[in-house]
Amino acid sequence: MRHTISLFVDNESGVLSRVAGLFSARGFNIESLNVAETMDPETSRITLVTEGDDFIISQIIKRFNNMVNVINVTDLTDEPRVEREMVLIRVEAKDKTRAEILRMADIFRAKVLDVGQKTYTLELTGDKEKVNAFIGLLLPLGIKEIARTGTVAMEREAKPSKKKGDKK
Amino acid sequence: MARMIGADMFFETLIHQGIDVVFGIPGGYVLKVYDVMTKYEDRIKHVLARHEQGATHMADGYARASGKPGVVLCTSGPAATNTVTGIATAQMDSSPVVVFTGQVPLPYLGSDAFQEADHIGITRPCTKHNYLVRRTRDLPLAMKEAFYIASTGRPSPVLVDMPKDVILGEDELVIPEKVSLRGYKPVMKGNIAQIKKAVGMILKAKRPLIFGGGGLIWSEASEELKTFAHRLEIPVTSTLMGLGSYPADDPLFISMLGMHGSYAANMAVHESDLVISIGARFDDRATGGNFEKFAPYAKIIHIDIDPSTIDKNIVVHCPILGDAKTVLKQMLELLPSEIKKNRKKWLGQINKWEREHPIGYEQNGDKILTTYVVDTLSNITKGEAIIVSDVGQHQMWVAQFYKFKYPRTHITSGGLGTMGFGFPAAIGAKFARPDKQVICVCGDGSFQMNMQELATAVENQMDLKIILMNNRHHGMVRQWQTMFFDGNYSASYFKVLPDFVKLAESFGAKGLKVERPEDVESSLREGLSTEGVVLMEIMVDCEELVYPMIAPGGAMNEMILGASDIA
Repeated sequence: MRHTISLFVDNESGVLSRVAGLFSARGFNIESLNVAETMDPETSRITLVTEGDDFIISQIIKRFNNMVNVINVTDLTDEPRVEREMVLIRVEAKDKTRAEILRMADIFRAKVLDVGQKTYTLELTGDKEKVNAFIGLLLPLGIKEIARTGTVAMEREAKPSKKKGDKK
Repeated sequence: MARMIGADMFFETLIHQGIDVVFGIPGGYVLKVYDVMTKYEDRIKHVLARHEQGATHMADGYARASGKPGVVLCTSGPAATNTVTGIATAQMDSSPVVVFTGQVPLPYLGSDAFQEADHIGITRPCTKHNYLVRRTRDLPLAMKEAFYIASTGRPSPVLVDMPKDVILGEDELVIPEKVSLRGYKPVMKGNIAQIKKAVGMILKAKRPLIFGGGGLIWSEASEELKTFAHRLEIPVTSTLMGLGSYPADDPLFISMLGMHGSYAANMAVHESDLVISIGARFDDRATGGNFEKFAPYAKIIHIDIDPSTIDKNIVVHCPILGDAKTVLKQMLELLPSEIKKNRKKWLGQINKWEREHPIGYEQNGDKILTTYVVDTLSNITKGEAIIVSDVGQHQMWVAQFYKFKYPRTHITSGGLGTMGFGFPAAIGAKFARPDKQVICVCGDGSFQMNMQELATAVENQMDLKIILMNNRHHGMVRQWQTMFFDGNYSASYFKVLPDFVKLAESFGAKGLKVERPEDVESSLREGLSTEGVVLMEIMVDCEELVYPMIAPGGAMNEMILGASDIA
């Protein structure tokens, strides 16, 4: 099953490889990973999406809790949450497709970031399905390059996340 | 506040931490640390090992025998990578070993400089935490945190990497009194609702069993365990790591369980209606590895300090997160003064199993049985020595036949099964407990993996005994080849072995060789009462097999009890 896991960690070198190491040690792939500083410059937030056996994911989360650099872990999978992802897409813009690309961008509320002789660069924010749908529509027109941030997520309400040391 | 260089801060912080012995080897990037060390000689004893793996096992043996962190100091690159087996060994058995490595100067990190290795990257999966110190003034804090993390919660190894410029740099010495880490708060006390639930389950159980592990020893819970078992009249079995936590001569003790556990212990697990696991992690060697068939009639209470062990191998009915000693105290407080136990039938059944298939041997014929040697050793020392075993058949026989009475007297590499652990760990244990008789029991295969430390033992004029069971084989490998590979003894026989007596003598130790069963007792007595480092080489039968045995993947009640079961 697909899991979205949110971690608050010490903002220091090596933390990311500790987190990633738990997955690689079990031969698990991380589908997407997003890391950035929080309001507190000493803390980073990681949003991690992975596909895997629930039992093993629950083991991994317990191991996260054991890590000295991990301040807080929440498996958002079963929580009401908002999820967003941003993508930058460079798409071929030929005479006959230029208008259509802009029309689609408008429908999807994507922004045009860069206009060139041969390409448009678009920015789109949305959940994974919306991003995939947009990419799917642009694909026949010739996508030159894409860059995705991976999912970032938050619980819908400010309810307290699980503290370390709580029993399962 | 005194200004000093990092090397001095290192020793000042060790002293502040109460450390008085360090096991290590000098080299390139830690030379300044070794240079200033002579100033601290009166307060810190440095034990010069002959190999960094040996140094790490020594620190581990010291930690297991004393309960205090064991400290390793060595240089970078090959020295650091040599410690890895020792670190992984300590991690698997929850031993607080703190390793300090030298490192190339910060500007050279990642440049493939001479003797550079990524110590942090290499040891990340086998330490609880590790530090690369970037500023001289951060060194004392990193060290304090390292000791705190290593010795609290579930004890584990921690590594601190010290680049040369950090060691040479000068700053004010600030040693923090307290350590506070926002991401690390070990839980000691058990959740009261869970404890009440557990006590209810225990009072209702008809066939309860205590399944004790190494956590009992690290949390020093032996007294509480004994009170608990006696008040409720619950039989006690133990994992390999738990041996010593409960006295073997107590009538409620039913010996070790698991792959080579006693018939009674394994049957008791299988038939029990309530398994109370304390400080154990349901490892495959303790459960037979068939988690589905494990204790099929039992509810399981699991008391452990490490949340990641809960539901890892066995899904349990009542987990209690906390320190074994604290939780046992909490449970004892909740017990009613009058307890209806009705254990006659259950204890009678266990007793019957014990009589049906006792652990035993028959020493007749002219070949010496290792079981006989261990049994004799147990009798001679009255179960009071610290026995440090290595890994293999002899290790299982020590676990089965030596009657351990006290915690921290049985030291062995259980989780990782590191051959070569025994002898250096015995050196460390002797440094921790100079008052105790310390005996390393090893095999010819395992002793050869770290025999260079004979020099360390002799150099420190130790009173240390080595009982080397020589069967000219990797005995446990040979046993598996006998049982599961049609007797195809591939690469398990040593065509060449050193003359171990002469080898010991060449290091300045004493050696004696025993070849006849009738000489075993007198030779052991002689060797054990001889001062100094004494190696007793016992020529043992290579065909003796460890029984009972649960074949891998078997259930606890599916034991091979002897040769007639193999066919």
